[in-house]
Amino acid sequence: MKILFLLFTWLPIPAECAELRAAFGPDGAERTATLRGTTDLDVFGPVIEAFLQTRPATRIVYEQWGSNDLYALTREDCAKDRSGADLVISSAAHHMVELVNRGCASSHSSAATAGLSPRLEWRDQLWGITREPAVMVYNRDLVAPQDVPRSRFDLLDLLRPAGNPFVGRVATYDIEDSGLGFLLAFSDSLEATTFGGLMEAFGRSGAVATCCSAEIIDAVASGEYLVAYNVLGSYALQRAREDVRLGVVAPEDYTLILTRAAMIPAAATGKDVAEDFIDYLLSDAGRVDLVNADLIVPIEGEDGAQIEVSGAVATLERLVGLTPALLVAMDADKREIFTRRWRNAFPQPARE
Amino acid sequence: MAETGDVRATLSLRNRVALAITAVLLLGGVLVLIAALAYGRQAAREAYDRLLLGAAADIAETITVRDGRALVDMPVSAFELLSLAPDDRIRYRVVGPDGTTLTGDPTAPLPEIRGGDESVFLDGSFGTEPARYVVFTRRFAERSYSGPVRVVVGHTLLARREFARDIARNALLVLGVAGGVMALFGWLVVSRALRPLPRIGAALAARQPTDLTPLSLSAPAEVATMLTSLNDFMARLDRQSVATGKLIGDAAHQLRTHVAAIRAQAQLAASETDPARRDRIVSRIEARAVGLGGLLDQLLSRAMIIHRADTAPVAPLDLRDVAVEAVEACDDLFLAAGTEIALELPDVPVMVRGDTLSLIEAVKNLLTNALRHGRPPIRLGVENGSTVRIWVSDLGGGPDPGVVLSARYAKAGPGAGSGIGLAIAREVAEGHGGEIAMRSDGNRFIVSLDLPGIAV
Repeated sequence: MKILFLLFTWLPIPAECAELRAAFGPDGAERTATLRGTTDLDVFGPVIEAFLQTRPATRIVYEQWGSNDLYALTREDCAKDRSGADLVISSAAHHMVELVNRGCASSHSSAATAGLSPRLEWRDQLWGITREPAVMVYNRDLVAPQDVPRSRFDLLDLLRPAGNPFVGRVATYDIEDSGLGFLLAFSDSLEATTFGGLMEAFGRSGAVATCCSAEIIDAVASGEYLVAYNVLGSYALQRAREDVRLGVVAPEDYTLILTRAAMIPAAATGKDVAEDFIDYLLSDAGRVDLVNADLIVPIEGEDGAQIEVSGAVATLERLVGLTPALLVAMDADKREIFTRRWRNAFPQPARE
Repeated sequence: MAETGDVRATLSLRNRVALAITAVLLLGGVLVLIAALAYGRQAAREAYDRLLLGAAADIAETITVRDGRALVDMPVSAFELLSLAPDDRIRYRVVGPDGTTLTGDPTAPLPEIRGGDESVFLDGSFGTEPARYVVFTRRFAERSYSGPVRVVVGHTLLARREFARDIARNALLVLGVAGGVMALFGWLVVSRALRPLPRIGAALAARQPTDLTPLSLSAPAEVATMLTSLNDFMARLDRQSVATGKLIGDAAHQLRTHVAAIRAQAQLAASETDPARRDRIVSRIEARAVGLGGLLDQLLSRAMIIHRADTAPVAPLDLRDVAVEAVEACDDLFLAAGTEIALELPDVPVMVRGDTLSLIEAVKNLLTNALRHGRPPIRLGVENGSTVRIWVSDLGGGPDPGVVLSARYAKAGPGAGSGIGLAIAREVAEGHGGEIAMRSDGNRFIVSLDLPGIAV
């Protein structure tokens, strides 16, 4: 039964540069909607298929975008009052908060959205649909068990001795390339003073700032990097399942919890499908799909054997809520100050 | 039988009070709502304006000058402060002394600011929504950078509205509860106040049909007035009833005397063989019958007087008119007797408050008595004074003293009826708040109705 829906079609990618584009559901369906997201197509595709299983007359076109491009495009759509996507889901929550604050979103409320906690919902226009910890990934073969960093303090200690084996072999997202990377670094800077020391240590030890979850995790697996800091848990977990070389740790001093934020653009033409989809994602069935897609990642000491965690789960989680405070992360001066600080630690952007 | 009164029950007093209280509460509710909304809006404005100002000051605090340019290290705390209006969209802008936007939304409004004002509030809009802005000024006096830097912070008004509505809602809630309690008390008070009415109704319903004695009940002043009227009404009914009973008794008594005499004469006539004597008896029967007719007239007239005493409308009237009309009414009688009435009337009206017909009837009776029992010349006069008077005089000696007092036992015989006539006159006089007076000045007998006069 599922096979029917698994057969999505690859579509030609237009010049506008979505990374990937695919359509789900029958051609010429009664209801259609365009969904733009930062989530990888092969992760999010099954969720869309599950949604369409009970809705045969609906077609969803999914476009996968980089978070910065997605923000720029959605903002342009909004400014020109142009109908682009019917639903935008981005892991860069600060982008989404800014778009909603700009007045680019349309409202929707239902029993499903009413059930969200206040930090996962803003103005009935923005909803946090996933739950993903920011984790550290390490190479099991190359990092001795006693050296595995359990917290940021451990990482600092590893990087401190001169000539330690981690020099040049710690990686993290480049904050200028990735909206998500910026959000994580920015949230770190608000959370604790550890971040200052970490920046300094990164700078001293020649840590690498680079792009994209997949590349970073691959490089850890291959041994190019020993530790990756602030990697989104969903990607890390999927790779760790297939690759025994990869270990995943939720830092025990605190673990940032991110949520992918969804909004319906004001000019959307397929709002009914978008609202239906939002309600589905927040429903029990949708939650199960998201858990299966590793987009909702529970941090559990014993059961979630994939994520290594020590200490009390309840006290280490720090949810990055969908609040106007994220607007600060969008401020031009603030970004300039923050980026300058970052660049001091990572002098050469690692672009090939 | 008497017709059934058409008693229409209109809206009950209880419901009227309930309606009135509801109306008052609704009106009060509207007024309180308006006042509460106005107050709420004011309170919300003050509270959230402070929030805006705090955020703006917070932002201004973080401006630093480096290398000849100002840099804003936007504080998260400012936005956390603004998040206290959780659903409002936020807009900000920091403008340098030369008017360039340092950071934030360059389209946010910036009004002209007169010299000294540290902070200025203004109403504006954010997209399609109304919004409120504050402009906070921080002055720099560095070698490399000097002049005012303006921080504009604004947000939409959802939280303010919700706050104002909340205050109004609470005020209405209090009013609603207070109103409910007031209505309940109102209901209880009215129910209690109206309790005498059913009690009076029950007391009346429990009475014997013939019981017309006054009701003795305690009742609130308003109800007591009604109760007094009711008692007055019953007293009048009682008087009528007693007078009617008396009239019937009198009539029966007098008629029996006459009828007995006529029957006796008729028996005599039946057994009389001598035509001459029988003729005499027959003429006596006829005289008796005429007397009986006169008696009936008087009884009827007395019945009329009794009836009118309580029912006839009372109006100011001129006693001279009464005199003239009484003379006209008795004209035939006096013509038949071959005599005349001498009228003595003053030139000015003599006013009393009363019933013309009753007074005419009384005077007619006095005139008839004078004609029957007195001796001509008969005079009829009206006198003015503090007590006005209408009188009849003749040259007779007047009736026996007993006749005057009692109309019930008027003597039988041809002269019967003078007592009734006097009784009628007396009842009329008393009905008008006056009295009947009889006196003799040597050879003239004068009978008069002395009545309270009224100013012309």
